[in-house]
Amino acid sequence: MVRWQRKAQRRAVVTSAALALVLAVGACSSSGGKQEEQKADGGSGNVATTPRMKVALITHSKAGDTFWDIVRRGAEAAAQKDNIELQYSSDPDGAAQANLVQTAIDSKVDGIAVTLNKPDAVIPNVKKAVAAGIPVTVLNGGLETWKQTGAVGYFGQDERIAGEATGDKLKQLGAKKVLCVVHEQGNVSLEARCQGIKNKFGNVENLNVDGADQPGTQATITSKLQQDKSVDYLVGLNAGVTLTAVQAAKDAGSAAKVGSFDMSKEMAKAVKDGTVQFAVDQQPYLQGYLAVDAIWLSKTNGNSIGGGEATLTGPSFVEKSNIEAVEKFATAGTR
Amino acid sequence: MASTIATPADADDRVSARSVGARLLSRPEIGSLVGAAVILVFFLVTAEPFRDINNTGTILYQASLIGVMAVPVSLLMIGGEFDLSAGVAVTTGGLTAGIFAYQFSVNVWVGMAVALVFALAVGLFNGWLLMRTGLPSFLVTLGTFFILQGLNVAVTRLTSGAVASNSISDMDGFGSAKAVFASEFKLGGVTIKIIIVWWIVFVAVAAWVLMRTKIGNWIFAVGGDAASARAVGVPVKKVKIGLFMTVGFFAWFTGMQLLFVQNGVVQSGEGVGKEFLYIIAAVVGGCLLTGGYGSVVGGAVGALIFGMVQLGVVYAGWNPDWFKAFLGAMLLLATIVNLVVKNKADAR
Repeated sequence: MVRWQRKAQRRAVVTSAALALVLAVGACSSSGGKQEEQKADGGSGNVATTPRMKVALITHSKAGDTFWDIVRRGAEAAAQKDNIELQYSSDPDGAAQANLVQTAIDSKVDGIAVTLNKPDAVIPNVKKAVAAGIPVTVLNGGLETWKQTGAVGYFGQDERIAGEATGDKLKQLGAKKVLCVVHEQGNVSLEARCQGIKNKFGNVENLNVDGADQPGTQATITSKLQQDKSVDYLVGLNAGVTLTAVQAAKDAGSAAKVGSFDMSKEMAKAVKDGTVQFAVDQQPYLQGYLAVDAIWLSKTNGNSIGGGEATLTGPSFVEKSNIEAVEKFATAGTR
Repeated sequence: MASTIATPADADDRVSARSVGARLLSRPEIGSLVGAAVILVFFLVTAEPFRDINNTGTILYQASLIGVMAVPVSLLMIGGEFDLSAGVAVTTGGLTAGIFAYQFSVNVWVGMAVALVFALAVGLFNGWLLMRTGLPSFLVTLGTFFILQGLNVAVTRLTSGAVASNSISDMDGFGSAKAVFASEFKLGGVTIKIIIVWWIVFVAVAAWVLMRTKIGNWIFAVGGDAASARAVGVPVKKVKIGLFMTVGFFAWFTGMQLLFVQNGVVQSGEGVGKEFLYIIAAVVGGCLLTGGYGSVVGGAVGALIFGMVQLGVVYAGWNPDWFKAFLGAMLLLATIVNLVVKNKADAR
């Protein structure tokens, strides 16, 4: 074969391979796309006719976290309804998150929704945004600090109150010794939850695990249950860790029961079939939704949701008795 | 290696017979073995549940989670390179299998096969780009690390609409695959997860390849001095690419364990930071960061030390605030014991 023929042949192979790849990718994304479409259909009935706005949602989430995915969905739903273009970004590092706020100011957004879980790093830039006339809302973290920034509203739960409610719940369920599984050592919100449980319940021990390593978390919880046989209740502080804890209890041959914070598809199933007794739901969808909607209301009508006070989105308990009402939303990834 | 430069001596001491003790002490893993023994005794004394034989299975499981990947990572380090993408590659392996099987509604084993091909391709890409460009492996695999990390989250969101893959636990082939990768059995009252068995098999095979075959010699040669290795006819390129593909294979294997132990769901953000644990296990086990020296058994002992310390702190019931500090101190202790023993051995 002459060279150009071989070349042409090779080119044909490459082209068809590329085509096949495009088709395959197209096939994959079309199923995702269909879901997006269906979701969009729900909200597309009433889209605001107010001028198009650009809002930045800036969180401290690491990538690939289910909880923050639900927050983002809530924000997207509100953005769609309000004719807003939503720009989502996140960075677990405080300084980097602060810089994202600066980027939003620079790109002249019409509003910023931000988490203040790393308050000292992020607040200076939030104040700058407010000074530049950009309305800011705070969500999820920053209950103690949000007012000093001049933000128009706060949407989240009081972690200590949520913990205390959990403590009461555990008392009511007849627990004797509780293990509070902390999946991020030194996270203020998580510590506050365990402290809240301790305030109301008393006999609580914390256990640090690495939330980004599920098999390792499982082994660590198993070994703790082997070490301390008096533990009869485990509380996980997010859905993934709790489901791992269920497995760990089985491994350790422990009869300990399990409670949780946060919802997910799998968690709804576990609550329904009784492997998890309860889940404290802070309604992340609502946090994202309200944080964006509040900006729109503030811009278009001068409203402030909460009237200058924090709006609490939790704690609400999801249990066997009310799982029916929640399950379908959890399965769709919005609760 | 320093030992290749023989000082001039009257008698040729390179061929003189050495005692069994001296030969044993000059093995790379001996220091870590002593370190492991020290840690073991320490926790046997301080942590009461550590003495319960039934808990051995839990400790070995923890060790195997790092240990399986420490096998190829040790080999790669002996070969003079390291791989920063190894941690997220594990997550990629699990995700690829899960997502492919779910999206195309095919047998789980088909998804696994696709994931294996992809994992090997990632290794091939790392090795090929490294040899092609001559860039340090630090840069090449750092790039792959970010690419995979981004792909994991983006493709998962694109296909499932969420950041965790859809569960494949009710699909054809899940049961049989789970039996292979994530089942468990009882051995005299101790629950043994099957990955521990696989780990032991992998260590044995890899140690044999490294110590008893031509390929093993090649690995030492390319890690010690790639230029001279090339000069004496060692296929440097093939060996290094092969080593990266070995990492790819093991990342796939560990990814399968991740997938099947979690009921067919993989969270897309996982795995970041695990690459350092694999490297730590290899280094604690006596592999040099500069290549050309080390052992597979050492890497396994390094993983064992890590597992023992991690769970030992829990078994001892210490205040959890101190957890990471204890962990770091223990690892340093193990490494220093390792160093002291090695120096003693070299001085003989």
